[in-house]
Amino acid sequence: MSDSARVAAPARTRLRGLGLGVLAPAALLLLVLVSLGIGRYPVPLADVVSILAAKLLGTKLFGTSAALDPTMQTVVLQVRLPRVLGALVVGAGLAAAGATYQGLFRNPLVSPDILGVSAGASLGAVLGIVLSLPVAAIQGLAFAGGLAAVGTVYAIGFAVRRHDPVLTLVLAGVAVGALLGAAISLLKVLADPYNQLPAITFWLLGSLASATPGDLGAILPAMGLGLAPLVLLRWRMNLMSLGDEEARALGVETRRIRPVLVAGATLVTAAAVSVTGVIGWVGLIVPHVARLLVGPDFRRLLPASLLLGAAYLTAVDLLARTVASIEVPLGILTALVGAPFFLWLLATSRRGWA
Amino acid sequence: MLDIRDLAFGYGARAVGTGLTLTLEPGEALCLLGPNGGGKTTLFKTLLGLLRPLAGRVLLDGTDLATLPRRAIAQAIAYVPQAHAALFPFSVRDVVLMGRASRLSAFASPGPADRAAAERALAALGIGHLAERIYTEISGGERQLALIARALAGEPRLLVMDEPTASLDFGNQARVLSQIRRLSDLGIAVVLSTHDPGHAFLCADRVALLHGGRLVALGPPAETVTPDSLRLLYGVEVAVVPLPEQGRTVCTPLIG
Repeated sequence: MSDSARVAAPARTRLRGLGLGVLAPAALLLLVLVSLGIGRYPVPLADVVSILAAKLLGTKLFGTSAALDPTMQTVVLQVRLPRVLGALVVGAGLAAAGATYQGLFRNPLVSPDILGVSAGASLGAVLGIVLSLPVAAIQGLAFAGGLAAVGTVYAIGFAVRRHDPVLTLVLAGVAVGALLGAAISLLKVLADPYNQLPAITFWLLGSLASATPGDLGAILPAMGLGLAPLVLLRWRMNLMSLGDEEARALGVETRRIRPVLVAGATLVTAAAVSVTGVIGWVGLIVPHVARLLVGPDFRRLLPASLLLGAAYLTAVDLLARTVASIEVPLGILTALVGAPFFLWLLATSRRGWA
Repeated sequence: MLDIRDLAFGYGARAVGTGLTLTLEPGEALCLLGPNGGGKTTLFKTLLGLLRPLAGRVLLDGTDLATLPRRAIAQAIAYVPQAHAALFPFSVRDVVLMGRASRLSAFASPGPADRAAAERALAALGIGHLAERIYTEISGGERQLALIARALAGEPRLLVMDEPTASLDFGNQARVLSQIRRLSDLGIAVVLSTHDPGHAFLCADRVALLHGGRLVALGPPAETVTPDSLRLLYGVEVAVVPLPEQGRTVCTPLIG
């Protein structure tokens, strides 16, 4: 029996590696191409490829003239591409941050919002909207608000110094989140109900409708900076999920590594929501599905979460702009699609916390 | 290899134990007996460097633990917690591999040498067949063996085991105790706590009795585990009976 297990192990690992390294990216690429084609102005898949090839490589594919159709080019390159790229980046970031938070806090019900990053970003954005600031300033305030909220929570956790540093952090996050929620509600009451309140509501439900290439360029450095420690510490992350004391006993400097990981995941989340507004559920549900597919080892869980998160938000955003004649906020759809799926997972999954 | 000098230990300002002096030799198995709340776990956390001593010092090969980085401590001293239910469904092999953390820099992932060490540890405990199983799905006894394997994978010189036989059935208790006995043969020192004084006879070279935060006796099992000392520790009458034919000693409470 042990022999067969030893033979089966590398085969399974290779299969997983193949799925993660080849099949999943290929499926994601196909989804991206399909997304670029679908919409009020449909563009055939072959033409999407031609337009992209012409743009990227400067060459013509299939010998068609479609690549030169200016309307199609505008629709694909100017209207849809920024949105799809935004969905890829934001979805991947939120899912990676969620996987990190769930491991760090040893709780599968944790989402990137646990330490108040979304609440802080929301307060920043709402404040910007109420003050009628330009879009870039609103995004900047949202980003700063998210980081400030988590910084505050971490400072409280550090000051309190109870036996269980992780639990202290979570409780501080709940309290700070409630305070921020109260401030947001107050601003909503004070806001102009005709101009500002709809904008606030729309922001709090998240959307990629107004994502521009400039926005993407602005958040990519923060995303990269935030992801770097997650990638570098990917194996250490497994040990962090054992809990503070056990990880320390195994030789992990948790007091140094935890803040680095929290900062990384927070940076990614704050950058994402600063452009799109709050998008719930991606950071909660995608890591679950990824864990179910590739197991809890963060070395595989991180890439799987990145890929799945990117695919999930791309698909949801495709729904958001096609299911109805009006744009449906992402937050509604991520919950509408995510919650039933999550319940199904809960009912059928045999592994605890998987 | 481990020198405990006039140690006071506890949480915050509250001392759980004081005045503890003890020296541990390489390959020695020391069994810690004491009632619930007697400070065994707190002492272990202090020996692992997880808690700072309130007074006195813990020296590892002559160096104060407080001055050593976590990795250096973990390379020498491994911790075997009570078999617990881990949250995430890691395979047993992955759990054992985590024992290599002290041998790797923060950004490194385990390589072939680390995987080989993990396999050796699995084999040493006779649980190679569990390697692909999911840690959260195996039995409590198997988990305890996996945790010992994880500790061994780091190639430590001292194992600190907090009640390794707690919540195990009779057979698994015996299996874990015999593995502890073998560790000493490999030159690895062991400090363990247990609630069954009979276990001290099965696996320990010396026994330390901890009562009210103080070391009340220290010596070979036959000299320290007596009806009088057990009455002091646990407040019940105990018979300590040698079994001449088996060359063993058993302890049983006298009740009813």
